[in-house]
Amino acid sequence: MTLAERVLDGDIRAAARLMRDIDDRFKSAIEELKTLYPHTGNAYIIGITGPPGAGKSTLVDQIVSAYRKKDLLVGVVAIDPTSPFSGGAILGDRIRMNRHADDAGVFIRSLATRGALGGLSRSTTDVVNVMDAMGMDVIVIETVGVGQDEVDIVSTAHTTVVVMVPGLGDDIQAIKAGILEIGDVFVVNKADRDGAERTARELTTMLEMKHPDADGWAPRVLQTEGARGVGIEELVQEFDAHHIYLKESGALQRLIEERNAKLFADTLREELFETVFGAIKGNGKYDEIVAGMRDKSMDPYSAVQEVMAGRAFS
Amino acid sequence: MAERRIRVLVGKPGLDGHDRGAKIIARAFRDAGFEVIYTGLHQTPEQIVSAAIQEDVDLVALSILSGAHNTLLPAVKEIMTEKGAADIVLMAGGVIPEDDIPGLKAAGIAEVFTPGTSTETIVGWVRDNITPHA
Repeated sequence: MTLAERVLDGDIRAAARLMRDIDDRFKSAIEELKTLYPHTGNAYIIGITGPPGAGKSTLVDQIVSAYRKKDLLVGVVAIDPTSPFSGGAILGDRIRMNRHADDAGVFIRSLATRGALGGLSRSTTDVVNVMDAMGMDVIVIETVGVGQDEVDIVSTAHTTVVVMVPGLGDDIQAIKAGILEIGDVFVVNKADRDGAERTARELTTMLEMKHPDADGWAPRVLQTEGARGVGIEELVQEFDAHHIYLKESGALQRLIEERNAKLFADTLREELFETVFGAIKGNGKYDEIVAGMRDKSMDPYSAVQEVMAGRAFS
Repeated sequence: MAERRIRVLVGKPGLDGHDRGAKIIARAFRDAGFEVIYTGLHQTPEQIVSAAIQEDVDLVALSILSGAHNTLLPAVKEIMTEKGAADIVLMAGGVIPEDDIPGLKAAGIAEVFTPGTSTETIVGWVRDNITPHA
């Protein structure tokens, strides 16, 4: 049996191995993903983002519990940064959620960013697709602790949740561009801390400045205490409300199509680069270009045009 | 491109709150270029094995200072075997008497490191003994 067939058969080890093949860019993984693709599209995907230390992993842990109480199968993809120096990584999101490890209805996978900058790892969408094909009802993606501009989660998740904590700055921070534009749900976590009310109020004010669409979704600000499980029920109800909105408004279909289009474009970009770069390295053209730039007989811009025009790669 | 990166689970089984050693090892592994899944304190053998399987690690490195090594380490290996994951290498470190080491090795623990071992020695052992899954 192929890995993909074993995944569809419910084999956990096969699923874990396929995710690794995907992450390690094994060519064989592409074949397996082809088999799984028709079995995807059923899971509801939630993305959790926010600054480091906001309590994302703890919230994910609580969200997993809430969905398990409803008897739903839950997948988690938790992303932590790769060291730019050694290429190694410490993936520590599991610390907060490993009590779910031996629950057969939960599958948690940690991924390292491996150089990707948008808050995800480039294998995220494919790993989510494997979990989807495994039959997970809900998949929660926890991004790297992001700053202001790491917004790739929007094109991957159905519902994007921005987690904030009290005391991160004044209300001008909240009207800058970036992660505060992407939330479908906002959470002020650690709500027992001083300033939580104020942070929630400022976020609400910022959200109200945006002109609402006629039948659009108006993001709300919820308060939680992840460590004690306070506010989790309301949070999950808000997810349900957003999911229903997405389905009824047709926005879900639009999101799915955008996500498919992005996956196609990303895969094409990568394949094209690998094909072209591999070919010109193989036939000596690359060395020629490097030598040409050294003595200034060639510039990088003309070199690219030449490679493309001459189909030096085919 | 297609190149395996070594993945290691570092954790602490049982009732043992001393995690300095585990954190130092996790950091040394990171600096060696490995991907380390750190599961933290108070893990049951079942949780450790499930996490190791879901994360598809090559190696499970457990730090144990509680004195319960003769019970917990073989239990982890047994559950690995039960769950069809006997190929994942199990390694341990901590306050473990020399006399207990032969018994642990007989129970399938590949290597045991005791206090005073340098991180270089441990990283070197991993490089020499762990071949990532094909």
